Amino acid sequence: MNQPLVEFSISKFYEGFSLECEANFTNGVTALFGTSGSGKTTLLRMVAGLEDITEGEISIGEKIVNEVAPKDRDIAMVFQNYALYPHMSVYDNMAFSLKLRKLSKSEIDEKVKEAAKILEIGELLERKPKALSGGQRQRVAMGRAIVRNPEAFLMDEPLSNLDAKLRVQMRAELGQLHTQLETTTLYVTHDQVEAMTMGDRVAVIRKGELQQIDTPREIYLYPKNIFVAGFIGSPSMNFVYATVKVSSKNITLTFGEDSIKCNADENKKLKEFDGQEIVLGIRPEAFEDSNYANSKEFSEKLNIGVSLIEQLGSDSYIHFYKDIKPVQTEAIEEILADEGEDISVLGDETKFIARVNPNSVVKEGDKITLAIDPSKLHYFDPVSGNAIV
Amino acid sequence: MTFTLIELTLRVAILATLINLPLALAVSWYLARRHAPGRFLIEVLVSLPLALPPVSIGFFLLLLLGREGLIGAVLVKLFAVDVVFTWIAATIAAAVVSFPLMARAVMVAMAGVDRRLEMAARSLGASRWRVLVTITLPLAYRGILAGMLLGFVRALSEFGATIVVAGNIEGKTQTLPLAIYTSVMLRDDNQALILIVVSIILAAVTLAVHNWLLTRDAVEKSL
Repeated sequence: MNQPLVEFSISKFYEGFSLECEANFTNGVTALFGTSGSGKTTLLRMVAGLEDITEGEISIGEKIVNEVAPKDRDIAMVFQNYALYPHMSVYDNMAFSLKLRKLSKSEIDEKVKEAAKILEIGELLERKPKALSGGQRQRVAMGRAIVRNPEAFLMDEPLSNLDAKLRVQMRAELGQLHTQLETTTLYVTHDQVEAMTMGDRVAVIRKGELQQIDTPREIYLYPKNIFVAGFIGSPSMNFVYATVKVSSKNITLTFGEDSIKCNADENKKLKEFDGQEIVLGIRPEAFEDSNYANSKEFSEKLNIGVSLIEQLGSDSYIHFYKDIKPVQTEAIEEILADEGEDISVLGDETKFIARVNPNSVVKEGDKITLAIDPSKLHYFDPVSGNAIV
Repeated sequence: MTFTLIELTLRVAILATLINLPLALAVSWYLARRHAPGRFLIEVLVSLPLALPPVSIGFFLLLLLGREGLIGAVLVKLFAVDVVFTWIAATIAAAVVSFPLMARAVMVAMAGVDRRLEMAARSLGASRWRVLVTITLPLAYRGILAGMLLGFVRALSEFGATIVVAGNIEGKTQTLPLAIYTSVMLRDDNQALILIVVSIILAAVTLAVHNWLLTRDAVEKSL
């Protein structure tokens, strides 16, 4: 089977920004996920041919397209603000690319009506874009791309202009549509849930560099570095500096007054860091209220003082602090800045968030013992930021 | 060839506007690109006639178009025509003087078209030329029309450059402003006032249409 394929190894340099990226995207949806200003939109535009590349190669469907004009690249782009032509009806918007291909009137009519049917906008065809709601505009923008039947879809934050409720609905519809069309899609997003749910694969981009490209599950379970680990997951992974001490069976990780053990055989690489300080990563769900924890998995314990409880109904989040200097790497600062948090007030304490069973009766101010599942811990080299595996 | 005063005035202003249109579109299209080389120089040159005394433009045109001039000599040689002191010279003078007003308005109109719309069109298979014709111009046409009208009123009222390069020959090169000047010189106050009223009517109607176009544009954009 001849699989549609987008492949590139490119660099781009301009005032204060460099982007170097090597990747290939096979069938299905790849979500390009990164902080604002990471270069994900630039990357997409370069694939579309709307932005020049400094050096390197881009190929779409095994054809090198560096010198190919955007119009001949056989792609269809969907823009954040939809970019519908205000002076044309919905029908003419959707027929735009077909007219350029000089298809006959009846062929155009057939294709537009077919796409309109899929997207359920059949009765809107005569309207102008300004008479449409946000969700309807989004559908028309999709329709305009679908009728081209392109080799690849390029989508630049297509849902970010919709309100929260509509976004959830359109996300599901779009996901269904992708399954239906089976077209290679690059999907730029700044929304974590979107990246994880829409993408067959997620590509995490930071400062113009690809960090990791994997299935959503792989990327969540096995992040390659601190940036990916901290950027994916909500609430974020907890990070703390910990000292490694290796014994015959176990590895002891000490942070502040506390220490936890993990299996030495399962973490061979970690042994090389004996006596050194590493960054320990703990996902909120690696904690549990010890009253509800399965003691076989959650074999380690940590005594804490609860500073805040967030009850979500399905889960409860326990916030607590430890008197340890917080991990402050460039990657973590970037993630915090992207979430709009002030990095200058991190203070001298490390903050943790634990996700526990919603039936937990813990109250603010309580001193309790949390259970930890040591098989769910992550270890990172504090200098390179890479995962120790 | 003789023309009635108003016919000549309108002919000169309309022709000047039509000559300027393709030039203004070309300059605006060129400058709409993000990294247009020579942008600064072109922008200064486009606006320069606005800042110069029209008399000096007239003198400059006289040097260019005269029998010994760079362009004039060629015209004499090729077509045996001397354009100086003809209605053609008046048209050229009106065109040069009114160009900045029109070009600047057209530039604003074309730069105001959302670049993402143009990008979308290119990604959907349109060449740069098709994008211009199907997207940019239809979306900018009100601003372009408004620019034409602004240039047109300026051409209607052109005096300084015209009198230098085309003279003030009744029935041949005398436009409304020149006729007003003559009446004033001859102390024919009634005639002068009548001509001024005609000028006001022409200018007011044009400006009214101009403003109507711009307000309609603003209303549509806010939707």
